[in-house]
Amino acid sequence: MKSRFGLKIAIVAAVFLLCFWRVIGFSPSLDAVKQNLSDNIALGLDLKGGTHLILQVQVQDALKSEADQTIDRLRTRLARADISYTGIRRNDPGSVEDADSIEIQLEGTPTDRVSDVRAILDEEAPSWLSASSGSSSFALTLRPSELLRLKAETLQQSMSTIENRINGLGLTEPVIQQHGRAEAEHEILVQLPGVSDPARVMNLLQMSAQLEIAKEIGGPYGSPEAARSQNNGILPANSELAHYTDRGRNEWYLLERNPIVTGRDLRGATAGRDTQNPGAWQVSFSLSRQAGQRFGIFTAANIGQNLAVVLDNRIQSVASIESRIESEGVINNIDSQTEALDLALVLRAGALPASVVYLEERTVGASLGADSIRQGVRSAMYGVAIIVLMMLVYYKSAGINANVALFFNLLILLAVLSAFGFTLTLPGIAGIILTIGMAVDANVLIFERIREELCEGKAVVAALNAGFGKAFLTIIDTNLTTIIAAAFLFLFGRGPVRGFAVTLAIGLLANLFTSVFVSRLIFDLTLWRKQQVKEMSI
Amino acid sequence: MQLIGQTNIDFLGRRNIFIGLSLVLLLAGAASAVIHGGLKFGIDFKGGTLVYAKFLDEPDPERIRAVLQGKGLSVATLQPFQDSADSHELKIDLDLAGEVVETSGKSQVIETLREIYPIAAGKLDFNNASSDALGQRLMASQALRDAGHSSQELAGAAEALVAWRDQAPRSGLVRDSSEFDAVPGVPEGVLAAVKQETELGAFHIGGVEVVGPKIGAELQWQAIKATLFALAGMLVYIAFRFEWIYGVAAVIAVFHDVFITIGFFSLFGREIELTVVAALLTLVGYSMNDTIVIFDRVRENRNAIRRSSLTELLNLSINQTLSRTVLTSGLTLVAVVCLFVFGGEVLRSFSFALVVGVLVGTYSSIFIASPVLLWGQGLLTARAPGARAGRRA
Repeated sequence: MKSRFGLKIAIVAAVFLLCFWRVIGFSPSLDAVKQNLSDNIALGLDLKGGTHLILQVQVQDALKSEADQTIDRLRTRLARADISYTGIRRNDPGSVEDADSIEIQLEGTPTDRVSDVRAILDEEAPSWLSASSGSSSFALTLRPSELLRLKAETLQQSMSTIENRINGLGLTEPVIQQHGRAEAEHEILVQLPGVSDPARVMNLLQMSAQLEIAKEIGGPYGSPEAARSQNNGILPANSELAHYTDRGRNEWYLLERNPIVTGRDLRGATAGRDTQNPGAWQVSFSLSRQAGQRFGIFTAANIGQNLAVVLDNRIQSVASIESRIESEGVINNIDSQTEALDLALVLRAGALPASVVYLEERTVGASLGADSIRQGVRSAMYGVAIIVLMMLVYYKSAGINANVALFFNLLILLAVLSAFGFTLTLPGIAGIILTIGMAVDANVLIFERIREELCEGKAVVAALNAGFGKAFLTIIDTNLTTIIAAAFLFLFGRGPVRGFAVTLAIGLLANLFTSVFVSRLIFDLTLWRKQQVKEMSI
Repeated sequence: MQLIGQTNIDFLGRRNIFIGLSLVLLLAGAASAVIHGGLKFGIDFKGGTLVYAKFLDEPDPERIRAVLQGKGLSVATLQPFQDSADSHELKIDLDLAGEVVETSGKSQVIETLREIYPIAAGKLDFNNASSDALGQRLMASQALRDAGHSSQELAGAAEALVAWRDQAPRSGLVRDSSEFDAVPGVPEGVLAAVKQETELGAFHIGGVEVVGPKIGAELQWQAIKATLFALAGMLVYIAFRFEWIYGVAAVIAVFHDVFITIGFFSLFGREIELTVVAALLTLVGYSMNDTIVIFDRVRENRNAIRRSSLTELLNLSINQTLSRTVLTSGLTLVAVVCLFVFGGEVLRSFSFALVVGVLVGTYSSIFIASPVLLWGQGLLTARAPGARAGRRA
């Protein structure tokens, strides 16, 4: 008998010490204990404060630019082969759902040169499937495998760009992952605990950061219409219009469509004070060696011409080339240091291959999170205090057993949460409440059963055995049912549902241990030395 | 001490009264939902913009509403609440504007508040400043740079100041600049600069939620799916441990609880938020637990007292477990009422669901699960006359 107790006591003591060490630690000072608690129990964004974002990558953008590039290639080849056509254009899928409908239409080619057109299409647009209607028009759709590859690649690139940007901000413990559900292939979940200025970060993540330096071939014009009318009603081949709205300007310039330098050619970018405009800021960037050589040759050959620095289709500056420029560029006249820092950061981190939109934003300020914790902890303390008191009043010294089991249960729960790195969220607190309810219930079931047995006139030890024995089945049934439910919630639920399921499952497993094993052990120990037990306090 | 001794109440004899009561509650909830044009969902499910703002002094919700509507924004709710006597908070809830998340709604709410509670031009609003913004402001101060403070030092000071502001009892709002003198670890010169550069605005944005329509529908479906799977899992377990009709009765009781609780949300005009789902799950677990305790006793009694009708067995078991039921649900109720009273506004809908859930869950184990079991078993027996099921059940 004694040795059996010895083993049980050893198990309980070991579990207790382990959990106590994991959650609270063995430090005598109160501050150290508080510090341990906050270090060991990771709080979710809803309690700690922070920003939770779901972004959707507009993959259709990448498909559209793929189509545009293909159209450019086809135009060149058709012109070279001297094949006329009345039109070549793509459709304009507006959302991620329509992305797959991307299509290029080529119309009005001469019927007698069908085979030549086919050959060009095969050669210049190998990733497209062409279908001809009649023999003078063709519809090109992306091959399914190519579609998948392009979309996956766009998502991957967007994620790594976003990751680079967030890492560049130096935030602690960010979460960046593909969003969990199956049909959400193009969504990214970003969690930023304790971020100081969410609006700034959101802005920064959304910047495409497409940097281009292109040759100016016309302008300034007052409007796109003016640009057209001054060029005989049609824009010159291989040119595009860009808007320049800096400092009260509202001008349009005609730029060469193929930029000399793009964001990919950058080696680095840094923010600093504007050397020309006092009070303003600038971002200077340096080019890679290869791009630098290319740029040097170009600028040497085009002295006196104008260059435009374009960021996300908006002109940042237009300046004439005074001498050969090899490796440096500047975007100046930026209003604030923050803006300049952010621009330098996104230029370093790279451009997004497609635009992103926000599907969800949740920002919990540190003050609101702290309020929730304070109020949650306060109400939990009141609740637990009343329960503890009631158990003592109702069951006298047996109530101590129940209370010890209850606290032990909570300790194990927190220790396991901490050991496996689960975060505690508001729904998690709901799980704890249900755990407390069921932990109390387990003891109530046992005690009521013992009382019944005592009423029937059984001796104390026999009543104790019968009570535990009979209540045991009920406790197993209730706890297992709920654990099964928690397992399903964990498997199929997401976010808050999952947080709930985790705390609940751990709490109930701990409950089986504390109510059946620990509580029983305390009873046994109190009865152990007494030879003849006449009555018990329950 | 003992609250309830041995009882011998004929619970099942009055089952029609209680089933009637349940039907009335269910119908009342449904009717209220119909009258209000459907259930009232929080922005988690319906999509939209929600801004939590705190104020130094009592705000004027009607004025804020008027200005917002003047800007063409559709204000769904604008609800003031107080967590303590001297706190003034406002939950501003805008309807969804388009298909994609409108982050402009958020900025417009903040702009509107700024218009109503302006601060002097050129100053930074300390009560809404991020630590980044405050740090930049301090770094831009010539006086501080002359005094030899490094950028790092100033950024650290800004972080400490903002953290201090967000702690209780300020919780984001500083009323008087003299309070700054109590901030630990910030040099006096920096404090002077903060007083110089900033003003104490009348409000503080505590949190913002913007949810697009797609996410809302998705969340709803996810939660429902997970719950249904969980219920199926419980049903199978109970069928395995008892008989399948017991599982069916328990699950019907749980549905009853969930629907009545949702009905209460409609009756009390409360919004169903994402946290309410967690509360409903808690209620499912609790109600199931309660029902199994009774069924377990039925199973035990069935083996001990063979010559008894199911009605007698159920009545006996409910009476035997009554004292446990009252004690457990009483204590759990205490815990959730504490949460409802002291848990604050963010938790209010959540704790409301728990309070209703514990009451309804306890009630349904006795007055719904047991009669349904009786009825189901009766159907089974009637279909297979002469079978032993009637007695064995």
